[in-house]
Amino acid sequence: MCSGGTLSILRSDSYADLSQYRDQHFRGTRYEQERLLRKSCTLYVGNLSFYTTEEQIHELFGKSGDVKKIIMGLDKVKKTACGFCFVEYYARGDAENAMRYINGTRLDDRIIRTDWDAGFKEGRQYGRGRSGGQVRDEYRQDYDAGRGGYGKTVQCQ
Amino acid sequence: MSRRRHSDESDGQPHKRRRTSEPSEIEERLESLICRVGEKSTSSLESNLEGLAGVLEADLPNYKSKILRILCTVARLLPEKLTVYTTLVGLLNARNYNFGGEFVEAMIRQLKECLKVNMYNEAVYLVRFLSDLVNCHVIAAPSMVAMFENFVSVTQEEDVPQVRCDWYMFAFLSSLPWVGKELYEKKDAEMDRLLSQTESYLKRRQKIHVPMLQVWTADKPHPQEEYLDCLWSQIQKLKKDRWQERHILRPYLAFDSILCEALQHNLPPFTPPPHTEDSVYPMPRVIFRMFDYTDDPEGPVMPGSHSVERFVIEENLHCIIKSHWKERKTCAAQLLSYPGNNKIPLNYHIVEVIFAELFQLPSPPHIEVMYTTLLIELCKLQPGSLPQVLAQATEMLYMRLDTMNTTCIDRFINWFSHHLSNFQFRWSWEDWSDCLTQDLEKPKPKFVREVLEKCMRLSYHQRIIDIVPASFSVLSPANPVCIYKYGDESNRSLPGYTVALCLTIAIKNKASNDEIFSILKDVPNPNQDDDDDEGFTFNPLKIEVFVQTLLHLAAKSFSHSFSALAKFHEVFKTLAESDEGKLHVLRVVYEVWKNHPQRDSDDDDDDDDRSSDREDGPLEEQIERLQEKVESAQSEQKNLFLVIFQRFIMLLTEHLVRCETGGIDVFTPWYKSCIERLQQIFLQHHQIIQQYMVTLENLLFTAELDHHILAVFQQFCALQA
Repeated sequence: MCSGGTLSILRSDSYADLSQYRDQHFRGTRYEQERLLRKSCTLYVGNLSFYTTEEQIHELFGKSGDVKKIIMGLDKVKKTACGFCFVEYYARGDAENAMRYINGTRLDDRIIRTDWDAGFKEGRQYGRGRSGGQVRDEYRQDYDAGRGGYGKTVQCQ
Repeated sequence: MSRRRHSDESDGQPHKRRRTSEPSEIEERLESLICRVGEKSTSSLESNLEGLAGVLEADLPNYKSKILRILCTVARLLPEKLTVYTTLVGLLNARNYNFGGEFVEAMIRQLKECLKVNMYNEAVYLVRFLSDLVNCHVIAAPSMVAMFENFVSVTQEEDVPQVRCDWYMFAFLSSLPWVGKELYEKKDAEMDRLLSQTESYLKRRQKIHVPMLQVWTADKPHPQEEYLDCLWSQIQKLKKDRWQERHILRPYLAFDSILCEALQHNLPPFTPPPHTEDSVYPMPRVIFRMFDYTDDPEGPVMPGSHSVERFVIEENLHCIIKSHWKERKTCAAQLLSYPGNNKIPLNYHIVEVIFAELFQLPSPPHIEVMYTTLLIELCKLQPGSLPQVLAQATEMLYMRLDTMNTTCIDRFINWFSHHLSNFQFRWSWEDWSDCLTQDLEKPKPKFVREVLEKCMRLSYHQRIIDIVPASFSVLSPANPVCIYKYGDESNRSLPGYTVALCLTIAIKNKASNDEIFSILKDVPNPNQDDDDDEGFTFNPLKIEVFVQTLLHLAAKSFSHSFSALAKFHEVFKTLAESDEGKLHVLRVVYEVWKNHPQRDSDDDDDDDDRSSDREDGPLEEQIERLQEKVESAQSEQKNLFLVIFQRFIMLLTEHLVRCETGGIDVFTPWYKSCIERLQQIFLQHHQIIQQYMVTLENLLFTAELDHHILAVFQQFCALQA
């Protein structure tokens, strides 16, 4: 009947759609990964300052719903914050709203980026760069005071 | 040679069939053509419409039902483009009379369907669409007037909720900006009768609900009008102006010569479906206004509050947000490209409409954070003009805090602090130094204090100290560190100090619960006179030493604190078996974390319900057990609300009695805040509370209650009356 339908231009929800990124370390098929991403309540949050605290993350992400858990990303060697985290909500709808309204806004004056995550597993809280932090901090050339200064390769020169 | 089928099994994905020109693709194409007509085109809207009408006419033999469905959906879901699509239907009707008739029938079916399932907001758009079809020569004016006569006669029905009559009245009045002129030209006597019936209905309807929905309690500078009253004033003014309406874009005017040749259809007689137990009508509203023509002296003049232009602009902007709330960039772009851009102060209208939604009572149409991000997108697209309007709006809201509803103040605080955190907390705080001389509990200093608190939560303490002038230090938040009383050597003489030290070392070395109990064993109990009744007393010093030490060690972050609470759950249970014990634990937690508001609220969550029974056994038993749980939870919930209301009544009555006997003014800042919190509870949980109305009326909100408190209850009842 007429009153049930909708229009595809109104269905558009680009902020909450899956991005192109797929975790290369995911154990399982691409299909399985996407299935998990589509029902996940967990977000990866990137471009955080090393000094951003869990409380700040909770305050900001709490604006789209009740946060179940925050797992801070750690440098594998130093075990200190290395600029990313996972935020898990109780309800997927709350995570979607975070993707729509918190992704691309600022935390600690930095534009943060959120993306769907297939779900936290032990070990995923560590950076995958050779020096222990995130890969992006290995090779970057610019100076970023909130992320340890210059990239690691630059620092070693 | 046999052909091997290539199978995509390598990534476990289901095999996809290649499809060409399937019906759904054609439907998608048609939908896209219709929805995007006029977008991104160098030709005029009119020539695009003409082209599209030709394409659709050619498609009618094969795709008529699809086209009907799409047009009906567009009428219901894209009200901001109403006149574009009525024009399209007009052109189709001129080319194909039967199609026009089928469309009108489909619309009536859809309208009846919407009313049956309580989709009243969308039903209004359908009624408006039908009325604009009169302008496109699709529907004969007299039959539209007849429909409106049936709408208005709903106000004569007996024993129906006022909100039902309100809806039919609103559907009639809100269509008049589009079709008033045409209807009055064809049927002036009937229209005059309808308008006079409208006037008498509006005079006799009750408006007890209004104070509960107003954002400000004061009428200056802009009265917060009830929505039907405001619309009535606007229609009266339109009539006085001989129904001349110049704001609405009417593409059908360009096709007048074609359209006036078309044959019109008569609307079938429409009987409003009767009121049923399941009917849920929209709640009344109050129109939010914060700007008028004096606020933008440089630019185009803002249409007056009782002009029909103001109504149409606000309706359309609200519809745009409703259509695009999930896509913030699209939403911002659509708002800013609203036609009539240079004739109206569009930025002001947009900001006003957004705040209208943000402050709407009982709750905003969309999640609060959406509005923050939408405003940021708007600032990005109009960096030279929108931020200034927003700053002006903020200033105005600040100036009027004294009469602003407490719930709205909360939303203002949340919005402003979050907004600032995206702009390096830049603000001209000195402009607000007037609040420093006031009592700190007054709305303005309280507002600044709470904004700074929220800003700190989004950043860190030193940052906030740095951004405010030194004079604001009295309003700055305290440094949120935990207060550990055994931390300093100077506290050596405190009882329990040495035990605290031992405990710290033990916990760091991952001591077991038994080891912890043995350390705590020797802590003297300041409460205990004799050692006999261990079961009924508790040792406050033991609790203090354990809780303080544990929280101090776990202070690094939330996660650490929660892990600590979980790990030592058994110890907590033993130390705090009695109610007084539990209370003392809470007291100590408060003392440790009183400077850190977030911790304070989270650590208080008791974890009593750790042991939830596993659901085993046959399915029917499981269901029965769950049903019992639900019923008991529902009964607990009802009791909870009753207790909450009772406490409010006690507190407020105490205050009122004290004021009256002392001869002092009742309206202290505390009183305003408290009574508005009571209102907020009613509004926020209105669906649940409505189940308890009889109990509330008979038990708590009886006639003996002070009229100040009873009024809140009566206003709430009036919302669905």
